[in-house]
Amino acid sequence: MSERKLLNGDEAVAQAALDAGVTLGTGYPGTPSTEILENLDLIGGRAQWAPNEKVALEVGLGAAYAGARVLVTMKHVGVNVAADPLFTATYTGVHGALVLISADDPGMASSQNEQDNRRYALASGCPMLEPSDSQEAYDFVRTAFDISAKWKIPVMLRMTTRVCHSRTVVQAKAKAANVSAPAFVRDIRGKVMIPAYARPAHKLLRQKLGEMAAWNETSELNKVIVGSKDLGIITSAISYMHVREAAPEASVLKLGFTYPLPIERIRQFAAGVTRCVVIEEGDPYLVESIRAAGISVEGKPEMYRYGELNVDRVKRIIAGDVSAEPVPPRGKPPQLCNGCPYRTVYEVLKRLDCIVAGDIGCYTLGVLPPFEAMDTCVCMGASLGVGLGMRHVLPEQEARRVVSIIGDSTFMHTGVNGLIEMTYNPPTTGHVLIILDNGTTAMTGQQEHPATGRTLDHGPTNKFIIEDFCKAAGAKNVDIIDPVSKPAEFEAMLKGRLASNDLSVIIARKPCLLAAGKIREYEKINAEKLASASYCKV
Amino acid sequence: MKTAVTNVVFAGLGGQGVVKASDIMADAVFRCGHDVKKAEVHGMSQRGGSVSCDVRYGKEVFSPMVPAAQADYLVVLSPDQVDNNRQALRPGGVLITPDLVDATKLENAKSLNVAMLGVLAAKMDVPIEKWKEAIAAALPEKLLETNLRAFETGRHIGARL
Ligand SMILES: Cc1ncc(C[n+]2csc(CCOP(=O)(O)OP(=O)(O)O)c2C)c(N)n1
Repeated sequence: MSERKLLNGDEAVAQAALDAGVTLGTGYPGTPSTEILENLDLIGGRAQWAPNEKVALEVGLGAAYAGARVLVTMKHVGVNVAADPLFTATYTGVHGALVLISADDPGMASSQNEQDNRRYALASGCPMLEPSDSQEAYDFVRTAFDISAKWKIPVMLRMTTRVCHSRTVVQAKAKAANVSAPAFVRDIRGKVMIPAYARPAHKLLRQKLGEMAAWNETSELNKVIVGSKDLGIITSAISYMHVREAAPEASVLKLGFTYPLPIERIRQFAAGVTRCVVIEEGDPYLVESIRAAGISVEGKPEMYRYGELNVDRVKRIIAGDVSAEPVPPRGKPPQLCNGCPYRTVYEVLKRLDCIVAGDIGCYTLGVLPPFEAMDTCVCMGASLGVGLGMRHVLPEQEARRVVSIIGDSTFMHTGVNGLIEMTYNPPTTGHVLIILDNGTTAMTGQQEHPATGRTLDHGPTNKFIIEDFCKAAGAKNVDIIDPVSKPAEFEAMLKGRLASNDLSVIIARKPCLLAAGKIREYEKINAEKLASASYCKV
Repeated sequence: MKTAVTNVVFAGLGGQGVVKASDIMADAVFRCGHDVKKAEVHGMSQRGGSVSCDVRYGKEVFSPMVPAAQADYLVVLSPDQVDNNRQALRPGGVLITPDLVDATKLENAKSLNVAMLGVLAAKMDVPIEKWKEAIAAALPEKLLETNLRAFETGRHIGARL
């Protein structure tokens, strides 16, 4: 038996994937999922960042079609980006195994929304498991690979910030034996989703889900804590932990495999208690599904849909307390670091009274005082489309003030599509895009991306040249400037571009202050690697 | 209600080593054979915002988060973070504030987090060698001696409280 360790949920997932014989891990950074692939790399697995979540899932799918065991990781909003392949991947299924991690963020510790991705499992027909601590994260990933391999279908592990970032005790299990090696198996009808082949594939999916639901009725992924007959609680994920502490006397049905649900087991549990309450974080997913099956249960008052649950809130739900909750004192908000190269950019944008279509990254902090120089922020890559839309309809004097601003990693993620739109449908006043190129994905902890020229483990690879791409896409002016050493030039350049009707890109290039030292170090090591004769250039 | 679980809350600002301090503490009590859970919220804290971490240990711990007003110990690393975290402490709980340790007198001011652990260690019933093992496991070799001395400085301060 391996030793017990104190791991966070992300570390446990990485260890479980490795022990399950994972061939490839791929994903895009996003709190709270980022550390999964970083850890998989650290402990000897193969892990790589894709430019965005859609590409990550597609790469994972290809590998799983070819018989590999694959882990694909992303935060909850990443699944929106990856939803297109997901909804058809459940039709095609896989030959190997594919586990998709969706790391949700109830309470929005660092996200733009608190969407509940359990809805995706239901909508796409993707079986889903929900762990409540690191041990379950480990165990459930192992089981998810088995379920995926058995039913030849992608399986989603839905985690939340608390599970990803809490450390709890984990005991690993023996490594999976007999993991078959990747090999191509031709399956044209099963993998080419033209309508004629997709129609039977949809039926096959529903058949698999029916079989899984039946299997789930007796699965050990769900368990009952026998307690008082007066109060029964149906719960899942982290809420289970709060429930055990808030109501130690209650009977509890803890669901681990939450799509497709073990409805008869739920019915039986509910019938055995006088009062049955469903306690879940976020959307009323469980309660709606259970009621739809004709089982009478209590849900939670609407006020508890917002934010995370905790022991105190669970006590209030059980007591039916809908009085105003105490508001915790506000802490100190984060801010752009002193010496952050973005500071100069935001000072200028504020001075010129620009209308700023923003994007997501550290630079979103430009919205806070003293700058308050951002007017919109929706999702990654939206700065371009939103800025262009404004330019199209605003009166000329206002249209001229519109600037789109995006980080380098975000540009690679989905900004490139927006740039193509800019040159395809140019506004009559032109447009200005500022790319804040700090040479890293700073927001999520300094991950590499295609334009850094380094892979997840910081080793060398082909470098995407942002300026060449912008020129090739048809932008008229593409300038590179260090806004910190040349603030006046930067301001004059921006003024000039705003006054013209051109399509302009200004790349404000200066490494992130926190990353600069490490970047120099990686570059030095990589230069030595590439120079050595034994290193085979990619 | 006093449960069999001990609750410790660490608070401070991003960059102060709050997460590291709580990791060391969690590891120290884990080495004693307790069930341990540690919660933290990362995210935007890198950018100098408020950070807090909860460590809970005992025979069996369920929720990783310390319920309101149930912390037995509250360790705050930044003077401006005391007031907004005070509500975490239970009546009669131990508050450890940064004014107890003069960071400028430490060999390296960055060891404040470990010095504060020393103060905490003096107030808790966890064997000193477990603290030291956890510190050694968490820090690179070259920083170890400085930090072990910071830990001792903290313990002396704690012993006099
Ligand atoms: C679809 C999606 N995936 C991931 C994230 C998490 N995330 C937010 S910003 C960001 C990248 C920021 O990098 P960059 O654009 O280089 O800006 P920087 O933080 O370096 O300023 C990531 C990965 C997200 N919000 N949405």
